[in-house]
Parts: sequence; structure tokens; C-alpha cells
Amino acid sequence: MAKIIFTPNIQRHVVCPEAEVTGGSVREALDNAFASNPQARPYVLDDQAALRRHMTIFVDGRAIRDRARLSDPVTASSTIYVFQALSGG
Amino acid sequence: MNDTMLVSTRKGLFWVARKNGDWNIERTDFLGDNVSLTLTDSRSGHHFVALDHGHFGVKMHRSTTTGWEEIAAPAYPPKPEGLEEKDMWGRPLAWSTARIWALQAGGADEPGVIWCGTLPGGLFRSTDHGDSWEMIRPLWDHPKRKQWMGGGADLPGIHSIVVDPRVSKRVWIAVSTGGIWFTEDSGASWTQRGEGMRAEYVSPELTHDPIAQDVHCLAQCPAAPHRMWVQHHNGIFVSSDEGKTFNEITGVEPSTFGFPVVVHPRDPDTAWFVPEIKDEKRIPRDGRLVVTRTRDGGKSFDILTKGLPQRHAYDVVYRHALTLDATGDRLAFGSTTGGLWVSENQGEQWSNVTYTLPPIYAVRFA
Repeated sequence: MAKIIFTPNIQRHVVCPEAEVTGGSVREALDNAFASNPQARPYVLDDQAALRRHMTIFVDGRAIRDRARLSDPVTASSTIYVFQALSGG
Repeated sequence: MNDTMLVSTRKGLFWVARKNGDWNIERTDFLGDNVSLTLTDSRSGHHFVALDHGHFGVKMHRSTTTGWEEIAAPAYPPKPEGLEEKDMWGRPLAWSTARIWALQAGGADEPGVIWCGTLPGGLFRSTDHGDSWEMIRPLWDHPKRKQWMGGGADLPGIHSIVVDPRVSKRVWIAVSTGGIWFTEDSGASWTQRGEGMRAEYVSPELTHDPIAQDVHCLAQCPAAPHRMWVQHHNGIFVSSDEGKTFNEITGVEPSTFGFPVVVHPRDPDTAWFVPEIKDEKRIPRDGRLVVTRTRDGGKSFDILTKGLPQRHAYDVVYRHALTLDATGDRLAFGSTTGGLWVSENQGEQWSNVTYTLPPIYAVRFA
């Protein structure tokens, strides 16, 4: 299973523990991570379920390209980091 | 008299309370976070606070007996597949709450109803004290809504919501920039209001178009709901027919530019403003912070200065940062440079609470 790690900065607002998740894409991995933690979802995704403007996600060291559909592939050995971007203040 | 106020700032929520005649900061919440607005619902006793976490989005919290709980924030409905909608800059318009800019309790006969105005222009209504929100689709889907434009912000937004004290399903909203809109069926249908206002920042053909009017703030006299006051981007306007038509008030010193307006709860002819030089120079004239007040429906204005800094003051007072309580005697306002002032006598004399708060977005009696 892929490992997903959320920025420490989000933890002040909503608990977002590191998790092992299944899924072949960033979307599936996030959906699985938020299934048991729905309150965290709107902290990362906007109203259209796209990645929030000033958030970034890295999969195995690469920033994802598809911020709207989150279709970037994820493998069972992937590590996913959910960060806040330096932009956005 | 209301002895507590909630002060929303760029870096937290401050409870300011009056004890033994003095106002002091009594409590802080959400320190370090961007607090954009509060609402105190006198029907239920709930306090609501809107937060803008930037990276993590817009959130809403509601008071409990022991503190706060996060509740649902208004969320835009799914954007239809293939729909292309662009903002005035040609960029795709995100159907997503960018800011909570207005919070208003519904009428006394509809407990639990809360109205919420947002950027980029969505109006929401809750019937369960904010547990859930429903977008008012007839307004969002109104063909003219797409003509709304950004004002101070890049995106259009609803900043004023007025519920008719006589009939709760009659509601006015004001948009920066999109003029005034009115519903008499709780949002099922909408008509534009605001004939008679004048916009200096559009081509001459559009000067008097109600949708082009950048209303900065809309206020209604609760005891005389026919009377509405508007602080507009280029002037002050007053209506005596529920916002159908407005007359411009001119010749007011030091200026008619500003953001907030409040109207006395029982005297429709008495209203307060906080002027700045002009839209392209948003600072008090001559470094003197003043409040202007009319008591005769706009025929004349008093310039109120006692207790306010009259040298090198560059305070800007945002549209939600001037307030008065139900007596109509006590006023308070906060500024972008962190100053907070209170008056117990309709602005004749002001006392400073602090000069050192973070930039103040909103002041509301609790």
C-alpha cells in the first residue's frame, strides 16, 4: 500500500495522521485516506474536489501535474506527501 | 447596552468587554488565524466565526458551551462537466468558496435560518444553525449574475444581507460589484434594485446601470425598513422606497468615499460613515481619522473627531468594521492598522481601546 503523509501545518486545524492507503491514482489514494477522516478533506481539496490552489502533492519526489482530477499514478510502493505550497502566504 | 464585542482580525478573534466603564480585551480565540467575520445569533445565542486558512480554505466554527466546534462551510455545487465560465480577467471561475463576506441571521419567525454571502458570488442559506448550507441556485443561475465583477477583490462577492424585519422571506443583498438584488420568496426569485445610483468607473452608457454599481455596504433602518443607506464606491446614496430608487448625497466633507455605513435602529435619518480621501487614495484626509454622521437624512453631516487621532492617522475602516448596538447610542469601529474605538454617545466622544491589534476586518457586538 502507498504511504500518505500530510504536512505538519495542517495538524493544528484537523488531525491528519500518516496512513497506508490503496489506490492507483492520487485521487483514489486521497479518497481512501479521507474515507475515515472526512473532516480533513476540505482542508486539502476545494469545493470541486480539485487540489486547493496553494497546496501541493508530491508522489515519489515529483509534484503532481493533474491538480483538478488528481489522475497522477500511484503504486503500492509510492510515498505521497501533501504539503502547503510556499505560495499563498 | 451590549457590553461585549467580537473583533475579527487578520490574526485572530478578540473578545472585547466593558467592565467598570472600561473596555478591555478579555479573551482571544483562533490566535494566528485569519478571522474574516463573525455573527452572533440573538435567537439561539450562537456565535459563528468565519476563518480563512489560505492554503486550507475557508472554514466556519460555531460556539458551544465550552468553546468552538467546526461546522460545515458553505460549499459550491459541482460545476457541470464542460461548462466554461470565466471571471472578468478571462480566467476560469472556480466554483469554490473563496471568502465568507456576509453572515446574517434570518427573521425571528425562522429560528435556525442563517444567510451567508461569499466570494465568488454564491449566496447560501442554512435552516439548521449552520449544520448544513444550501446554495441559493436561482441567484447563482440568474443570467445576470455572470455580469458581476470583482470590486476590491478580484472576484465578485456578496457583502451585505438585509432581512426585512416585517417579513423574513423578503431579503436584499448587495454585491461588489453587481448592485442590489431583492427577493420576496426567500431566494426563489430575484430582481435587481437600485435605480438612481451612479458609477464613475464605467463607460458612460453604463453609468446608471444598476448592475454596474459597486455598493460597498447596504444598511436598512429596522424600525423604518423603507429607508436604506448605501456607501458606494463613489458616493453615498439613500433610498426611501426599500431600495427601488436612490438619491445621491453630495457635498459631504471630508469625502463621500468609504466602506461602512450603519443606520440608527429607530431613526432612519441618522447614519454614520467613516470617510477616506477617495478610491485611489484610501487614507483619511490630512491624516485625521473622523466619523461622519447625518441626523437629517443626509441634508447635513457632523464631522466627529473627539477622541480620534488627528495627526498622522492612516487607518482604513472596512465595511464590516463599524457597528452600533441596539440602543443606537453605542458605536464601535476598528481599523486596518489595529486601532479600536468605542463611543457611548452616538459618536460625540470616542475612546480608544487599543492601537495594537492585527488588521481589523470586522467588529460586531456579541
